[in-house]
Amino acid sequence: MRPGVLIFWLLAVPMVACALLVITSRNPLRSALFLVAHMLLLAGMFLSLSAQYVAAVQVVVYAGAIMVLFVFVIMLLNLGGAQKMDAAGLGWALGIAMSLGLAALFVGTGVWKSGLHAGKATAKTLAQGGTAQAVGFALFDPELPWLFPFEVASIVLLMAAVGAIVLAKRKL
Amino acid sequence: MTIPNISFGPFDLVAVAPYVALGLMLATVLLAVPVLTWFERVTLGLIHDRLGPNRVGPRGLLQPIADGIKLFFKEDILPSNVDRRIFYLAPAISMMPPLVAAALIPLGDFRVDMGGGQTRPLTLVAADINVGILWVLGLASLQVYGLILGGWSSNNKYSLLGALRSSAQAISYELALSLGVLMAVLMSHSMSLVQIVQSQTGGIMHWNILGLFPFGLVAAGVYAIAAVAETNRAPFDLPEAESELVAGYQTEYSSMKFAIFFMSEYAAVVIGSCVAVVLWLGGWDPIHPVLGFIPGPLWFAGKVLLLIFAFVWVRSTLPRFRYDQLMRFGWMRLLPVALVALMLAAAMSAYRTDPSAGSRIPPKPEKPKPLMGGTQSL
Repeated sequence: MRPGVLIFWLLAVPMVACALLVITSRNPLRSALFLVAHMLLLAGMFLSLSAQYVAAVQVVVYAGAIMVLFVFVIMLLNLGGAQKMDAAGLGWALGIAMSLGLAALFVGTGVWKSGLHAGKATAKTLAQGGTAQAVGFALFDPELPWLFPFEVASIVLLMAAVGAIVLAKRKL
Repeated sequence: MTIPNISFGPFDLVAVAPYVALGLMLATVLLAVPVLTWFERVTLGLIHDRLGPNRVGPRGLLQPIADGIKLFFKEDILPSNVDRRIFYLAPAISMMPPLVAAALIPLGDFRVDMGGGQTRPLTLVAADINVGILWVLGLASLQVYGLILGGWSSNNKYSLLGALRSSAQAISYELALSLGVLMAVLMSHSMSLVQIVQSQTGGIMHWNILGLFPFGLVAAGVYAIAAVAETNRAPFDLPEAESELVAGYQTEYSSMKFAIFFMSEYAAVVIGSCVAVVLWLGGWDPIHPVLGFIPGPLWFAGKVLLLIFAFVWVRSTLPRFRYDQLMRFGWMRLLPVALVALMLAAAMSAYRTDPSAGSRIPPKPEKPKPLMGGTQSL
């Protein structure tokens, strides 16, 4: 087995296991922790695809910031520990059907598009593609003019959210 | 500084340098606790006009060893109804990030004499990764999980309050920390810790703390405050405020599990100081090129010690924040100051960059078509 393939399986199997444990754990905090582990493994997966910048951002933003906030809210709201969650048969069936459909869509797209760039990617272009510089150049690339406005839009949304809080809560 | 290339059997100096760097940093981080507890007690004694440790050994030097033995032989108490797995995991999680970050700290730059009048550069670092500083930030943000989980799993209201405080504090001050780091990246045009230090070569006037004057100073100040808050040390030690919460998140921890929490705090102080030296104080660069005969790693160690002294100094002179003061300071003072400074510094940097003279930004790489897709593939 090639080392790359071995690393893929070493990351992929625990990743799927963590993802399943997120939805099967009875304890919300445990679920959140498995999600953190899942995100760290996902960062490893990005690294194995030589997307270093995305891997680091995955750790900083998702595992570091967003999940700390999740854990904070879980601890603040649910001090009682484990809770039994009811799931009706229909809910299970719908959920399984939807996730299988989504998985089929992703895998299908991957298989369909896989031949598109075959032979074009070399070790050198791959190593260059994942750096912060490459991401920066892509962000301001005139040939991809929708990327930068998309990022600006998120700041506008943030401003709206902060503005709403300021208006609603007179005394900070 | 040129050094001869020494061979160790089949390996030469260039091959073993990363392992030497890793060994040095790991030893520093792991041995920091005994040395720094002694250093902290002596310094606190000086500042408080007390005697400080003077019972065990000369000048209290053996006190840390006595403490270590005491902690090792204490009974390891497991409170009832704790979430046992998470309770055991929490100290390990809090110790992991500083140990991983130790691999990224560059300690010095040499030229190795390869024989025949040829030299090649050699940086004493275990791993020089392209997005190094982001990785350090990510690890810093992971460290808080140890505190949160320890507090939550202890089944104790004081522990839980400490954990809640530490998570809120970490989220709030991480933003200011990242903005401070971003200003150093802006000045050095790189996220690699090695390249950040190399961009500051040439004495104190080239260090980032004086770069884009006065914004380098502002950014370093923001970073320093946020770093103290991230390591949960006084005056930001609310997660373990002993006058309100017994011992906060570590109330229920005893014996070596407590000791690991204790170690991780000091390890975080060491790593925080190392990163500050790399970002703002020129890393291994001597204060003036004239003093270049002193090896770089010694300069690095000296600067780190100076910052650790500053940590202790701050602890001994400032009272603890009240919780609302902490939040108000983080969100309404530190963050706006950092944001405005970042914008002004970016404008100043853009104004100073002479397009005709070229900048330090490397040229655009070959376009990596397969990764972004491009218009034709969509």
